[in-house]
Amino acid sequence: MFGLNAKDTRLLIIVAILTMLAPFILNPFPEGSAMAQFNAGYPDLMQRFVIFGIFAIGFNILFGLTGYLSFGHAAFLGVGSYAAIWMMKLLTMNVIPAIVMGVIVAGLFALVVGYISLRRSGIYFSILTLAFAQMSFALAYSVLTPITGGETGLQPKVLDPRILDGPLAEGATPKANLFGLTMSSSYEMQVGGWLFTFNVGYYIAAIVMLVAFYLAIRLFRSPFGMMLRAVKSNQQRMNYTGLNAKPYTLAAFVISGMYAGLAGGLLVAMDTQVGPERMFWTASGEVVLMTILGGAGTLIGPVLGAGAIKYMENILSKINSDILHTWFAFLPDGLEDLVVTLIYPFIGKGWHLTLGIIFMLVVIFLPGGLVEGGQRIAAWFRGRKAKGSDKDASGTTTEPAE
Amino acid sequence: MGILEVKNVNKRFGGLKALSEVNLSIKENTVHAIIGPNGAGKSTLLNCLVGKLIPDTGSVMFDGQSVLGRAPYEINQMGISRVFQTPEIFGDLSVMENMMIPCFAKRDGYFELNAYGSIGSQKDILERAMHMLEEMNMADKRDMHAASLSRGDKRRLEIGMCLSQEPRLLLLDEPTAGMARADTNNTIDLLKQISEERDITIAIIEHDMHVVFSLAQRITVLAQGTPLVEDSPENIKGNPKVREAYLGESA
Amino acid sequence: MDALLLQFLNGLDKGSAYALIALGLTLIFGTLGVVNFAHGALFMIGAFCAVTLNRILTLSHEVIDETRTDFLGNPLKVDVPYVYDIFGEATGAAIIDWSVPLAILFAIPVMIGVGVAMERGLIRHFYKRPHADQILVTFGLAIVLQEIIKYYYGANPIPTPAPAAFTGSFDFGAMIGFEPNTIIYPYWRLVYFCFAAVIIGAVFAFLQFTTFGMVVRAGMADRETVGLLGIDIDRRFTIMFGMAAAVAGLAGVMYAPITSPNYHMGMDFLVLSFVVVVVGGMGSLPGAVLAGFLLGILESFASMREVLEIVPGLNQIIIYLVAIVILLTRPRGLMGRKGVMEE
Repeated sequence: MFGLNAKDTRLLIIVAILTMLAPFILNPFPEGSAMAQFNAGYPDLMQRFVIFGIFAIGFNILFGLTGYLSFGHAAFLGVGSYAAIWMMKLLTMNVIPAIVMGVIVAGLFALVVGYISLRRSGIYFSILTLAFAQMSFALAYSVLTPITGGETGLQPKVLDPRILDGPLAEGATPKANLFGLTMSSSYEMQVGGWLFTFNVGYYIAAIVMLVAFYLAIRLFRSPFGMMLRAVKSNQQRMNYTGLNAKPYTLAAFVISGMYAGLAGGLLVAMDTQVGPERMFWTASGEVVLMTILGGAGTLIGPVLGAGAIKYMENILSKINSDILHTWFAFLPDGLEDLVVTLIYPFIGKGWHLTLGIIFMLVVIFLPGGLVEGGQRIAAWFRGRKAKGSDKDASGTTTEPAE
Repeated sequence: MGILEVKNVNKRFGGLKALSEVNLSIKENTVHAIIGPNGAGKSTLLNCLVGKLIPDTGSVMFDGQSVLGRAPYEINQMGISRVFQTPEIFGDLSVMENMMIPCFAKRDGYFELNAYGSIGSQKDILERAMHMLEEMNMADKRDMHAASLSRGDKRRLEIGMCLSQEPRLLLLDEPTAGMARADTNNTIDLLKQISEERDITIAIIEHDMHVVFSLAQRITVLAQGTPLVEDSPENIKGNPKVREAYLGESA
Repeated sequence: MDALLLQFLNGLDKGSAYALIALGLTLIFGTLGVVNFAHGALFMIGAFCAVTLNRILTLSHEVIDETRTDFLGNPLKVDVPYVYDIFGEATGAAIIDWSVPLAILFAIPVMIGVGVAMERGLIRHFYKRPHADQILVTFGLAIVLQEIIKYYYGANPIPTPAPAAFTGSFDFGAMIGFEPNTIIYPYWRLVYFCFAAVIIGAVFAFLQFTTFGMVVRAGMADRETVGLLGIDIDRRFTIMFGMAAAVAGLAGVMYAPITSPNYHMGMDFLVLSFVVVVVGGMGSLPGAVLAGFLLGILESFASMREVLEIVPGLNQIIIYLVAIVILLTRPRGLMGRKGVMEE
């Protein structure tokens, strides 16, 4: 189906079902229950899951396939965001021109940065991209203040020209919309103790993510994708096979930059503001973490990684020591304190520590990330089952060997 | 007029004169071996032919066109394929994919952005690659990871990849270096078969005299960066100058 | 002229820090072939060694001072550091005042320990893995180290004063014949520069004149051959890593009075230090030092008011701009060796 093989089609359908049902799946605990703080089914976080999923999918096209480790990808996300917000200020609050412009501008910027950075490879490439991103950050932060709003960033204002939109009603604030459907509007469904929120913005972002994911699968399975893997595997052989590795990596870089721009545009569509911190190198580091954690070079890995990190950032970070104490209240006092002291550094504000440790463990032991971990567990279970059935077989059929 | 004409090529590295006044002509549809003791400049000469190095002076013409200043991929597209001393293949890819890549390069040129169509729909490429694998007797290994092939199979695959592009000139850099005797003999048979069945010129750099004399129709002996003599294998065998340069006084 | 000289001097202290960090990075890269993203964290840990020693020295117990009273008329409770009890008040106060320089002694064993543990426990297993993996695992380690520091010391910068004798500034301009008050230079920055010069000199002397250094230099040039000579190069490289960690740590200790240590200072410096290493030439020790000072001074010049009026914000981007231009025109950096990190 869709020009994909059976396995990829199944993956796409599973991802589609999961994203469409996310408001249910991510809210498994009833409102007001002690576990409700683990619910991730609120619009803001769900939007982040899919948007950073797009960002990581794009990064993976570059790193996962060609092996070129860019440490400056947040620059494209930021540039896409700025382009999108300007569309909202100048043209219309409709999100389509904003997102399209975000992709185009990020793609052009990636073309320039990629053209220069790809003249070198390995560690030099990483540092060149890092330098470009830090420079973009510094430019957005200070030099280009008239365009970027400097430290405070940009938001759509009531008095912006917005030539395609009519003048706003008295006292109205500009809201991002899709042909009148505002991004922030939600439908809430109360079922027993559960509250499910269906947000317009989330569903639009989720559909865009599914399309982006589909295109990424096609790219992975295309001749172009195979060439990118060839670049990673052996550039020497590639050159002596009549292929020029440069345009291949540059195209991958630009496509990956466009994915970042798409994510940047969507971020603005969901939350109409942008600041330079979005381009800081730690943001570039974050997408590296997401991709590696989930599984670089795999299809679903980056999306999983993005989800895991955003979940930790938003949920794990909110657990404080009081909550821990209530959880372990059943233990004897001294033991309770001990357990809480042991766990506390790793949660709440310390969630970065947990992230860092998990990330190191993944790099050391699981180069294929969560996806490889899942595969190993599955293989182990299958192996056990197979062993079990072997035993059965040997038990029942005890015919002497010839 | 040969298919490859090297004229007055010089190359220095700092104070070291690697090639001096090299003249070489390789005739179409022959197997031409270039031999010489270590440090004679064989590898330097080869690198000048494929675009890895640019000679200081002189010219290298392939089929009437200069190759100098062109990138390796451009020279390959002109019809020169190269086999490396240690097999250079795409280790992370499957054997079949390894074979498909040169087919794509032959059909689409040095760059083609087809990021949407699936590989499975490229019937002509699949057929061609499969045909080539069969010809190399590797069809049963099509789904194997290329890195896990044996040394001999890697060499076979690499030669197959080069042949799938239907090059007019195949350059081999010590293709049997480090191989066991059986693998060496297989490679010799394969190359013999190729030169007999195909419309192809083969230039081979080799240390192993057994390989050279089993294959070559013409031999050029390089010594100290300059061609000492060029002749048929029979005459080379008896040439005292060669024996002296190559084998030293003791021989 | 005096303004230029002032900027030159201002660039020296930052340049010194870049040079010291870049020196350590290059030692590790040159000897072990590892790209260490956790090197900035070592610098940061060094700075926190100064903080820690200061805290240890000011550990106090409460004493009731009968001679004084608080506003309610009760005898005043004062905190008396334990060092006062041990060394007497005058010496104790002096020791606390000099806690930053004293922290050098404290930091050396700590940093060597951290460095050796890092090499033995983690880096060693990544020698044979691709550079991307090395970057990733050390990047993860940097996050872990900085989060541990954040957990124990909090997220806010901790002011760590230099000894009283070195606080304040002196009129450097007047000393060398300029108008008074044109070149005012803080004492501690001068101390930092001299300190950096001594450390750099010591590292070079060590590599140049000791057998150990000779082996390490040989190892940098050709690891395999040195290994074949029957020299236990791995053990020496472990020590080398400890040394590089100590250099970064000492750079951090002495930098504490210039910028109050915070948990992310390492990363801030690391990004720039990488640029420095690349500009200097991967694997070249003199290149790293040269580029460190060069970029520090260049940054300082770019932040002159006259320059900023023409190109606003130049100081923020100058280092990156220079790095990009140099990498594209001299791919090996200013003093890079052939064959290092080339494809």
